[in-house]
Amino acid sequence: MSKNKLPDELLRFIDEWKDKRGNLIMVLHQVQEHFGYIPREVAFEVADLLNVPVAKIYGVITFYHLFKLTKPGRNRIAVCMGTACYLKGGEDIILELERLLGVGINTVTPDGEFSMEAVRCIGCCGLAPVMTINGEVYGNVKKAELTKILKKVKGGK
Amino acid sequence: MKFTRDTLKTHRDSLRVVKARTTVLVGMGTCGIAAGAKAAFQTLEKAIADKGLQDVVLKRTGCLGLCFAEPTVEVKNANGTSTVYGNVDAAFAERIVTEHLATGTPLTENVYEQPAADLFDEDAAPLKQMRIALRNCAIINPEMIDEYIARDGYAALEKALFEMTPDEVVKEVTDSGLRGRGGAGFPTGRKWMFTKNTPADQKYIVCNADEGDPGAYMDRSVLEGDPHSVLEAMAVAGYTVGANQGFIYIRAEYPLAIDRLNLAIKQAKECGLLGEKILGTDFSFDIELRLGAGAFVCGEETALLASIEGNRGMPVPRPPFPAVKGLWGKPTVINNVETYATIPMILLKGSKWFNSIGTATSKGTKVFAVTGKIKNSGLIEVPMGITLREIIYNICGGIASGKKFKAAQTGGPSGGCITAAFLDTPIDYESLQSIGSMMGSGGMIIMDEDDCMVDVTKFYLEFTVDESCGKCAPCRIGGRTCYNILDRISKGKGQPDDLQKLKDIGHAMRKASLCGLGQTAPNPFMSTMKYFEEEYRAHIEDKKCPAGKCKDLLTYTIDEAKCVGCTACARRCPVSCISGQVKKLHVIDQSKCIKCGQCYEACKFDAVKKG
Ligand SMILES: Cc1cc2nc3c(=O)[nH]c(=O)nc-3n(C[C@H](O)[C@H](O)[C@H](O)COP(=O)(O)O)c2cc1C
Ligand code: FES
Repeated sequence: MSKNKLPDELLRFIDEWKDKRGNLIMVLHQVQEHFGYIPREVAFEVADLLNVPVAKIYGVITFYHLFKLTKPGRNRIAVCMGTACYLKGGEDIILELERLLGVGINTVTPDGEFSMEAVRCIGCCGLAPVMTINGEVYGNVKKAELTKILKKVKGGK
Repeated sequence: MKFTRDTLKTHRDSLRVVKARTTVLVGMGTCGIAAGAKAAFQTLEKAIADKGLQDVVLKRTGCLGLCFAEPTVEVKNANGTSTVYGNVDAAFAERIVTEHLATGTPLTENVYEQPAADLFDEDAAPLKQMRIALRNCAIINPEMIDEYIARDGYAALEKALFEMTPDEVVKEVTDSGLRGRGGAGFPTGRKWMFTKNTPADQKYIVCNADEGDPGAYMDRSVLEGDPHSVLEAMAVAGYTVGANQGFIYIRAEYPLAIDRLNLAIKQAKECGLLGEKILGTDFSFDIELRLGAGAFVCGEETALLASIEGNRGMPVPRPPFPAVKGLWGKPTVINNVETYATIPMILLKGSKWFNSIGTATSKGTKVFAVTGKIKNSGLIEVPMGITLREIIYNICGGIASGKKFKAAQTGGPSGGCITAAFLDTPIDYESLQSIGSMMGSGGMIIMDEDDCMVDVTKFYLEFTVDESCGKCAPCRIGGRTCYNILDRISKGKGQPDDLQKLKDIGHAMRKASLCGLGQTAPNPFMSTMKYFEEEYRAHIEDKKCPAGKCKDLLTYTIDEAKCVGCTACARRCPVSCISGQVKKLHVIDQSKCIKCGQCYEACKFDAVKKG
């Protein structure tokens, strides 16, 4: 497999971490940060570069919730379904988003604009219910505000 | 510049000579920023410059703990008094400058009682809160090491290195009575002693910053607000047990905490407080971060170590304990963030002082994240032995919207509930365990009469089933079976012997599961079945959810007397099951209704009834 497919930045990171023990998860984080998910051909290249079996890489990817095997939407919505947010109506936020986006959870909208997932507590329970869009935290989310927020996010890109 | 013992002292002294001036502190943890703290900060910055105010220092700090009132701004006046403002938007930030700072007279709006005046004044009685682990949060700028040093930062490390032998450190920590704050409550001093006494060519210090309990965020707050306290304590641990490498395993969901830790490590290295030959001694200690990737079980110590090693985070049976055989088979001390953050104070103020706080078996303070149906949700640090009543009604302002308190859940998915009958039980490790709950990491979820215990329990079970690593059968199969039973109970399809089944499987899971996840997974239903049996029975026998939460057990009907025929409900109904003409009575077709509740929300005349 050709080695010139990975961006330089990633290659440098892998080079730096190559000889450190327990580097696989850190490398996968970096890959995901770059691509938004872990593309199959990249997983194979990482296997080559780190000299670990592909099976092990997929073992790790599939064990951890954060690692994704499919490409997410351009805007990634994560709704918190931790306990505090659940009690304060996190589920209703998800249902409303599903209605507005027209797709279910863990699916990308046909235009590739949005994808939505449910996540565990992001540590802002005092502001429940909470969601993040592209990493930015929205607290005390109200169902009625969602349309506006989506519009703003889409327009801002 | 790299400090030696002497230069660190002179530096600290020089930092302390500050002239009296007004300080404005903006709480900029993740939650503060989410609520708009950046806008408040920028407005303050600009307004202070525009007004040409000299002698006003604007600082960003960690979180004050008043989550319900974010963003928060504290003004420390030159004369020593201070005012805490909450809900500070840009407009109000402007007023803080133009009115309060310019004239010296505090505003009267948006003032929040300092989270108990006793927070910073230890002589004030009665002491409701007491900050040890959170001592610097919301006081120092976590991005500047000097601010930490000025508040006795790295003095504990210095004391350990120059004045104490490793045995003396172990003794001090053991005598303090400190127990792990990550959940299990194991005595920290004993853990350190095991590792110290195990000969090995390499040992490790690990910080558990995985904070998996949904509803707990004290570790995030410490790492964002006072990262150096954890670094310092890890170095102390390293000196004590003879380790020169530390790892902080932190969840990737905490990007701000990760940034602040990276910065803190860099600064500490530049100052010779981490790295080679710390403070000119022969002791070297380095710390690296390792990121989690969203697996709750990785909070369990053996799974966490497997994850640091780059593997699937599967637990292994103990013993051997990590203290003896841990990371890469080497003796490893693993402690929680809050445990570490407490250590420097124990070394500086002495084990006697720490030991005098708390109850017979649980010493010191504990941080709780109080959330859910509480009026003032937030982060509080209280002495062990405080009662739930004091926490809910004195510190956190009671139940939101004046509803009735139903239960508090502590210990997250591994814990149980505390009911109204135990409001006056002093909280410590043992008392919580005896009533079927546990201390856990300190998440405290308050529930009111609108919350259904079956529903909440099902929520927790769904969590543990999803997070089970699948290695052992009792947890993998038992958890799933219990979830299925709870699911059918919540849907009105429960069977008469379901409660007994849950109990039997629960007992087996407790006894036979490999790690704490499976052993504690039955706790939520064991405890709610004990205290809320009638509620379960109502679901099973009467097919009713008394709290009105379980969707499948609800029926929506339209009150003839109140319906004016406005058609609002029929237009909203997603399955078109409401019939009726304009100005005529509307009727819901129960066979088609999906119980989404849209009609209930749409009706302006209170005519749709839920029951
Ligand atoms: C399923 C499970 C999850 C855990 N999650 C955490 C966690 O998120 N953070 C933590 O500090 N300890 C967690 N623990 C406890 C750790 O196993 C361990 O006891 C702790 O890190 C030891 O530190 P301490 O003695 O300072 O509490 C968890 C335990 C279990 C069984
Ligand atoms: S439960 Fe949603 S942020 Fe903690």
